Amino acid sequence: MAAVAPTREVRNMLINIGPSHPAMHGVIRLIAELDGEKVVRVQAEIGYLHRAFEKSAENSSWTQVMPYTDRLNYVSPLINNFGYCAAVEKLLGIEITERCKYIRVVMSEVSRITDHLTCIAASAMEMGAMTVFLYFMKAREFLYEIVEDVTGARLTISYGRIGGVKGDIPENLGEKLESALKKVEKELYEVDRLLTRNRIWVDRTRDIGILTREDAVSYAVTGPLARASGINYDVRKAHPYLVYDRMDFDVPLGEKGDNYDRYLVRMEEMRQSIRIIRQAMREMPGGPVAVDSRGEPVKSFDLVDEAKMGRTAGLVNVRTTVEPTLSGMERPFLDRVMPHDRGVVLPSKDDTYSNIEGLMNHFKLIMDYHGICPPRGDTYFAVEAANGELGFYVVSDGKDRPYRVRVRPPCFFNMAVLHKLLEGYMVADIIATFGSINMIAGELDR
Amino acid sequence: MSSVTPESPGFITTQLEQVVGWARKFSIFQYPFVTACCGMEYMSAGASHYDFDRFGAGLPRFSPRQADVLFVVGTISHKIAPILRMVYDQMCEPKWVIAFGVCTCTGGFYDNYATVQGIDTIIPVDIYIPGCPPRPEAVLDGLMKLQTRIQKQKQAL
Repeated sequence: MAAVAPTREVRNMLINIGPSHPAMHGVIRLIAELDGEKVVRVQAEIGYLHRAFEKSAENSSWTQVMPYTDRLNYVSPLINNFGYCAAVEKLLGIEITERCKYIRVVMSEVSRITDHLTCIAASAMEMGAMTVFLYFMKAREFLYEIVEDVTGARLTISYGRIGGVKGDIPENLGEKLESALKKVEKELYEVDRLLTRNRIWVDRTRDIGILTREDAVSYAVTGPLARASGINYDVRKAHPYLVYDRMDFDVPLGEKGDNYDRYLVRMEEMRQSIRIIRQAMREMPGGPVAVDSRGEPVKSFDLVDEAKMGRTAGLVNVRTTVEPTLSGMERPFLDRVMPHDRGVVLPSKDDTYSNIEGLMNHFKLIMDYHGICPPRGDTYFAVEAANGELGFYVVSDGKDRPYRVRVRPPCFFNMAVLHKLLEGYMVADIIATFGSINMIAGELDR
Repeated sequence: MSSVTPESPGFITTQLEQVVGWARKFSIFQYPFVTACCGMEYMSAGASHYDFDRFGAGLPRFSPRQADVLFVVGTISHKIAPILRMVYDQMCEPKWVIAFGVCTCTGGFYDNYATVQGIDTIIPVDIYIPGCPPRPEAVLDGLMKLQTRIQKQKQAL
């Protein structure tokens, strides 16, 4: 019997990365086919954080959708808030006040900086640069303090309202913001010194995970990813909303579309955001604060007592103080940030607490089946979120609940193109590339 | 120091238990099972501003076999629930679980078809930290409560 030559079957190895993997952010499963150390094919499985945003939105009133939008892209919740608000405002056909537009721009840019900080911090940490993580978390903390000052919460803020924002910004915000921005700039400078010319960082990011221009266009990729590939598309420039057309800022573009370009684009975008915030704070219109008839603030519950006694004369222009959680929502301040539209905007807190008209107006807007009822129709509105074009497609059937709220999450398209970025590179590059696309599961899986 | 009564275990045993409890509570190796928004506050609590390294919990281990406290951070959907259970089962005794954020405590306002209504329907939970997401101060408070619990419990030696 002739000896049969032993045959060895050579197969590619399949490995699972995630979902419980530190670099997959807990919610992504990548099935990678490896030939040695080289990645041949990658499939991404998503949906581990599906929280039924769109279905929940159909079961809540137009305003109640706001907290759900916070949790879409939870790294920059303010942009989501304002994106949703803008879509509903477009449907309602209302114009928001000038001051509110500036507030929205400032807060959006603060949010954008926190998002980019987190993205670079996390991806650097995954590659072993723990210092960068600590520096950028420190910088993010300074901005969270600002966000907390303005909105009352650190992360899930629900600051947007249909027709404006929850309340006016604190009076001394300008100085605090400036000092926070200075500190953030210092951290940016330090990390720039640490990473940009760092041999290890450059070796691990340059020419890795290249996204070609053609792929970016055909997969509808937007945001820093597309701009790193040289596509000059920024919703703020292409379809200016709020007051972005009055702001002077540059859109950084990359050349190759590799991880290094994406890092540089994000770093530069943060500097541009700081520029925008400074301009917006400088140009923000104040608007008159109504003069109070007594010369000093009155507590709102005193006002209620006055009104009960029938002493309502002269109460219209009285400036009241409300409890700290409601500050910025007193009448003179609210008038600056909200349009006069009784069918949409809640009355100021001192109106709600002091006179029956305000109270009724409040109830009419809060009660089920009585709230904001946009006319029948549908509309789409997109804002530039930290990851790209974040669009809301809202459909109304004339009732107080949305008929449909569809989100165009920028991450979804980034994840769709991910396999193009990973195939052909080493298995260790999966971590570096995946970190650079800034996948946020909240908006990816919704 | 607890007083030694005739019924209680001997002096040496109780002293040893105290020492082991003290050692265990200050050497928490945590496994962060981070899925969602709470991860941002988890990062804040871990970074230099709040720094839970001060409580001996600063070194996350990403292998369940090396960890003894499971931090479940963020919404657990039905799709990821079996993975959470698997991670918990892979951890060695003694082990503890912290439910971080209201989604893990009760499901929070995600009262829908996709979300697990509290992880205590899947795995036992020691400490609940509510909040959406909890502030880092609340996280530190929860961590200290867990330390007290570890110190007080009967130590498996």
